[in-house]
Amino acid sequence: MKLLRGSISWVYALLVFGFILLPVASLVVFSFQATNLPLPPFTGPSLRWYEALFADSGMVEALRNSLVVGVVSAFFSTLLGFLSAYGLARYRPDGARVIRAALMTPLGVSYLVIGFGLAITANELALGRSLVLVTLGHIIINLPLAFAILLSQMRDEDETLEKAARDLGANEWVVITRIAIPVLLPGLLAAFLLSFTLSWDEFIIAFFLADFDVTLPIEIWSQLRTGLDAKTNAAGTLVFAISVVALTLAYVLNRAVQQRSRRQ
Amino acid sequence: MRHQRSWQGWVLVGPALLVTLVLFAAPMVMVILTSLYRRNGGTTDRTLSLDNYVRLATDSTIHQALLNSLEVVGLTVFFSTLVAYPLAYIIAFRVPTQWQALVLLLTVVPFWTSYVVRSYSWLLVLAKNGVINQTLQGAGLIGDPITLANTRFATVLAFVHFFVMVSTLTIYASLRQIPRNLPLAARDLGASPWHVFTRITLPLSLPGVTVGAFLTFVLAIGDYITPQIVGGGNELLLPQLLMLQVSRRGDFPLAAAMALVLLVIVAAVYVVSAKNLTLERKR
Amino acid sequence: MTGAGIDVTELVKQYPGHRALDGVSLSIDPGSYTVILGPSGSGKTTLLAILGGFVEPTSGQVTVDGEDVTTVAPSRRPTTTVFQDYALFPHMTVGQNVGFGLEMQRAGKKDRATQVGEALEMVGLAHTKDRHIADLSGGQRQRIALARALIVGPRVLLLDEPLGALDVKLRRQMQDELTRIHDTVGTTFVHVTHDQEEAMSLADTIVILRDGRIDDMGSPEQLYLNPATAFSARFMGDSNIIEGTVRAEGYAVDTAWGNVGVSSPADAHASVTVSIRPEHIVMGSGGGGNLGEWVIAESHFLGQRHRVIARRDNHEILMSLPQGSSVTQGQMVTLGVAPEMAKIVKGDG
Repeated sequence: MKLLRGSISWVYALLVFGFILLPVASLVVFSFQATNLPLPPFTGPSLRWYEALFADSGMVEALRNSLVVGVVSAFFSTLLGFLSAYGLARYRPDGARVIRAALMTPLGVSYLVIGFGLAITANELALGRSLVLVTLGHIIINLPLAFAILLSQMRDEDETLEKAARDLGANEWVVITRIAIPVLLPGLLAAFLLSFTLSWDEFIIAFFLADFDVTLPIEIWSQLRTGLDAKTNAAGTLVFAISVVALTLAYVLNRAVQQRSRRQ
Repeated sequence: MRHQRSWQGWVLVGPALLVTLVLFAAPMVMVILTSLYRRNGGTTDRTLSLDNYVRLATDSTIHQALLNSLEVVGLTVFFSTLVAYPLAYIIAFRVPTQWQALVLLLTVVPFWTSYVVRSYSWLLVLAKNGVINQTLQGAGLIGDPITLANTRFATVLAFVHFFVMVSTLTIYASLRQIPRNLPLAARDLGASPWHVFTRITLPLSLPGVTVGAFLTFVLAIGDYITPQIVGGGNELLLPQLLMLQVSRRGDFPLAAAMALVLLVIVAAVYVVSAKNLTLERKR
Repeated sequence: MTGAGIDVTELVKQYPGHRALDGVSLSIDPGSYTVILGPSGSGKTTLLAILGGFVEPTSGQVTVDGEDVTTVAPSRRPTTTVFQDYALFPHMTVGQNVGFGLEMQRAGKKDRATQVGEALEMVGLAHTKDRHIADLSGGQRQRIALARALIVGPRVLLLDEPLGALDVKLRRQMQDELTRIHDTVGTTFVHVTHDQEEAMSLADTIVILRDGRIDDMGSPEQLYLNPATAFSARFMGDSNIIEGTVRAEGYAVDTAWGNVGVSSPADAHASVTVSIRPEHIVMGSGGGGNLGEWVIAESHFLGQRHRVIARRDNHEILMSLPQGSSVTQGQMVTLGVAPEMAKIVKGDG
């Protein structure tokens, strides 16, 4: 009976993972397609679509734009998230519950509505669409997440470290930069990389707020509407690869930081 | 001393609050305001009126879009939860502890690919000459290729594919939080494995199910891309309708009213499920 | 409901790199209150888990009233366990928790309600029937866990450090409760703890476990006054432990403290370890003076007694003097111990 239960689990798990990974596998495999269409049969392997991707100046620019917007918005989301999480956890201001609720509210609103809202506001203020607006849009959607992640990472044990530092004469700046931030490093990295990953692949807000300088998802979208070829597969696989690198980096850095603190 | 610290706390929180005010609160107010304007020819008539809401209440196309959205998202939540629960259970209790994180990571892999491209991949998989049809034809199960792409089925399938991840993670978290000796105590008191599941494990994992379902609902109902690409834009859902007003008809005020409907629906669902929306362990 | 007798034969539990139980054999009398006492890592929790059916031994046998239950699942054993953190179901009320076992036995609703009422009465918590677990205090939860375990009529009740989470006063109260319930119900109780005071106050029989083996076993009096090993002597209370060589006659031991008469004979010229309880060391000529002259080094008044340390050269003796005695630091005293009170024990070797 136990063996049967075990094998049902395995069969189910295999089926579900097959379902989950099928499109991704299809995407990656057909990015190496030799002929035009990313459909079976597989006629590769060939790098022609990757060459085409990097030769496509529209794509390359969009890629660069996505990277810049991603890094900048992730940086500010993390910074603002950190300051507010720190302020809330360590100083416990009156009305903390209200503050927390206010900062988390954007999470309950669809990106569609946020993007739309920002677009009409920009319109009212006669602000032209641009990557700057996209960056701002990404900051507002990632700020609640960074805040929540960092707040959950601020434990009471760490507060005693800060109290000890103050007791020994450190001022607030030193406490924050030399004590709080290093202790919080894994959380900061997690918040940053999550914000980056979400911004990097975000479509609808960018769609509302970008002008002619577009982000990668928008460029892929435009190209999809005009023609069907394996170049978009290459783009998708590239996005996948970069995400894997970013997350692996996060994991490795996280381990390194934890090992360093354990040694101490 | 405490008063001073509170004030300093506000200073630290200030920037984030300001950003939220400017980039979120103000635009939301703008949306509400705009929904009360009217589109007149090529310009916006700024006299406040409830015309758009009257439109919403009476226009059957809009009602149909709302109904479609609720149906599609309802099906998505249902099937995602159904598929995710056994998977989360298997990962939490059948996979050796040291491999669990890795397996969860594998579950989340689709999240790392581009959303746009992934939707597009589903289109290819479901196409008349795509992987599924070719396999079925090759195995002799069907003669002519069946229409899978650009249907509601495709939209729900693509949605479920994505949202299984979300529910798997939340249900897994909930299952792992169940204290180890609760099932043991139940067994000790004579419960069969089935009873242990239905009376102990399942009830205690409901928070995870609810959070997953809620997140799925909120994210899916506002999703424009998947229904557009995989569903071929054939069925009109709320996001599609909204975008139509914006891009083709330039009717921002009506679009704003629709956006508010979307907000209200999400808020209503939140209020209904708020009690169960916590992953913290009940002590 | 009368308790069952348990027989454990050569129980071994091997984990990778760690032998939790190394050949444990013992018999537990039906209806008795047996306490398994030991420090952390002694294997006591493992032993209890094996008795309850949650862990399978690597080798060995467990029988309850003669029936071999070594591989029987917990749900089908005549045992129930009270877990260390009580394991109460947080999503059910007190009544539902207590009635759970009966539900699993498919008892009728009315029947269940009556029995739950009785069980809660027995632990003095009848008024909490519809309350949620989260609203209860530690002591209340403990008693609910007890009620839940006893209501299914087990022949053996297993308790895993049940009083560990309670503060001292509450612990004493609960110890009295446990004794009362045990006497009322008649089930065999097997109780695991690291607290020797708790063990002495509750047990008919104490089993001392050390590194997966039984170190000593007996009634509280037996263990305290006649420990088998130095470890047991130290674990059950304060003790003075000294090495020595047995004299030719066999009844006296030459030690660094002097010639000590012992309670039982030993092989002549053998190397032995002797244990003397602090309260058995007598000051002055009345005690025989066989331990010689010592200097009082420290004296602490503890209310009921004085805890006094005397020194000579680089030796120390721990004494427990009655409340009325008075000693001063630096005072020279003659110390002695009666032969019946000096016990030969197995050394740590």
